[in-house]
Amino acid sequence: MIEVKNITKVYKTGDVENKVLKNISFSISKGEFVAIIGPSGSGKSTLMHILGFLDTPTSGQYFFEGKDVSHLSDDELAEIRKKKIGFVFQAFNLLPRATVLRNAMLPLVYANISKSKREEVAKSSLLSVGLEEKHFYHLSNQLSGGEMQRVAIARALVNNPTIIFADEPTGNLDTKTGELIMETFRKLNEQGRTIILITHEKYIAENAKRKISLKDGEIVEDIINRH
Amino acid sequence: MLITDLFEETYFAISANKTRSGLTILGIVIGIGSVIAMISIGQGATGSIETSIQSMGSNLITVMPGFQRTFTQVAAGRGSAQTLTIEDAEAITKEVPFVQAVAPELSRRYQVVAKGKNTNTQVVGTTASYPSVRNIEIDQGSFISEQNVRSQSKVAVLGPTTRDDLFGEGIIPIGETIRINGMNFKVIGVTKAKGGTGFGSQDDMIFIPITTAQRFLAGADYVSTISVQAESSQLMAQVQTGITNLLLQRHNIANPEMADFSVLNQQDILGAASSITNTMTILLAAIAGISLIVGGIGIMNMMMTTVTERTREIGLRKAIGAKRLDISLQFLAEAVMLTFLGGAIGILLGSGLAYGITFFTDMATKISLFSIILAFSVSAIIGIVFGYWPAQKAAQLNPIEALRYE
Repeated sequence: MIEVKNITKVYKTGDVENKVLKNISFSISKGEFVAIIGPSGSGKSTLMHILGFLDTPTSGQYFFEGKDVSHLSDDELAEIRKKKIGFVFQAFNLLPRATVLRNAMLPLVYANISKSKREEVAKSSLLSVGLEEKHFYHLSNQLSGGEMQRVAIARALVNNPTIIFADEPTGNLDTKTGELIMETFRKLNEQGRTIILITHEKYIAENAKRKISLKDGEIVEDIINRH
Repeated sequence: MLITDLFEETYFAISANKTRSGLTILGIVIGIGSVIAMISIGQGATGSIETSIQSMGSNLITVMPGFQRTFTQVAAGRGSAQTLTIEDAEAITKEVPFVQAVAPELSRRYQVVAKGKNTNTQVVGTTASYPSVRNIEIDQGSFISEQNVRSQSKVAVLGPTTRDDLFGEGIIPIGETIRINGMNFKVIGVTKAKGGTGFGSQDDMIFIPITTAQRFLAGADYVSTISVQAESSQLMAQVQTGITNLLLQRHNIANPEMADFSVLNQQDILGAASSITNTMTILLAAIAGISLIVGGIGIMNMMMTTVTERTREIGLRKAIGAKRLDISLQFLAEAVMLTFLGGAIGILLGSGLAYGITFFTDMATKISLFSIILAFSVSAIIGIVFGYWPAQKAAQLNPIEALRYE
């Protein structure tokens, strides 16, 4: 489903060139649960941004569902993100003064779906990540960290994405809550969702089925986790 | 993004920070409010001046004496000529086409006495056609008749203000005697009050037959003004030319520049007065417009702050698939909504202000649909103009950097 060939990303600051990604090649098939792991500065976030259509590579090719998507305009990227991608961020990024339900519905606002349909989809999505119905009309900033991240996962699911990207989803949570969130991701994967997890913590990466380790912009290890 | 979503998002964003939105709106409210109030004051003034000119008579052309030049080109003062006569007035009636009615008059101020009270007022010698030419109606008794004019009767018709001065309010003076310049006149009527003061007031006057005025008061047979009513406003220019040519011919003047009379078209007076008040209206509105621009800058300032504050939100919206247009529309809608709210409240405030001015002072105001439409479109334009830059700034944010923004 995803195939990248010799991808590089270069950031230029004045005359200084900074090669963040160097000739990355790999592929991910449908239904995989992949952890991209590496220390800070390894280029894992940049790789996620490219894979998640938030950025484009400097050179190399990116095939998504068989199509070359290496060089698209901002609006074309937005269109793919809207239809195919779900994001879960470390800082949750919920709208603070909006209700849980409103937050979960947000991606559907840009997808031209009728209001009643939106509510229905968002509610079932919230229930599927284990959020109780009594929280639906609470303001999102009144929730605990674990609940907030569940809302964010539900939000990532509402447009029925092909891939879910989780960028350090447990980074702002305590260990126990982090465990519960990872369990949620495992369950989603069991239901057939493709998940790409970005983390710098080895024990979080253990939750995934496959582990790609990055160091200084290169893949140093690509192994299948044994559970 | 559906239009209803745009409204909902906008409402949500504005109501999230009520105090700040309210203060920003206040700038627009004051701007639009003062524009509405100023325009209504200006248009009210235009209206009352027009009414007072119109009340002198409709489709009115006035012939007035001009310079009387001698062979040495020495001109006496304007209006000093004594060459207009009743015969001129009669000739205008007979020979100029499209003339409805003609009323010559000879007026001068005299001391008037009745029952020991006295006043100094304008005594107008005129004919029976005067009321129709100058829009005057009779309240009590009757106006001067043609018979009165022919027989040089010593009869007088009083204006309501003069009646109040000489006899007191509410008294019917018909049959009473007044003394003008030492001569007895019998009161035969009182005209209806027309309102207005100063320029164009016809309430403080005494009307007598023109022949009587010429013979007993002035002792000469000229007239001081000839009022001519044209059949319609479209024919006024034609009538004006007709009168000029006829009088030039009758007075044996070859060069129109040397005319010993001037013909004033009411439309010209109206035009001159309107252009003065219009200039005043524009001036007032321009001053108020400056405060509107200041209000607009307030909107821009708030939108800039909002965009910075909501950088992460913008990043998130972009990450979940919002396009540039979606983002810029959202912020533009916010700015336009703010100015529109301000505009609506401003219109209410401005109208209230105009109403208050009319209520507490005697100044006339007029709130026109034009000024309301103007205010609304100006506020929408201000929203678009001052919201455009912040909206573009928001739309062009890089989603990765926006999501990282602290």
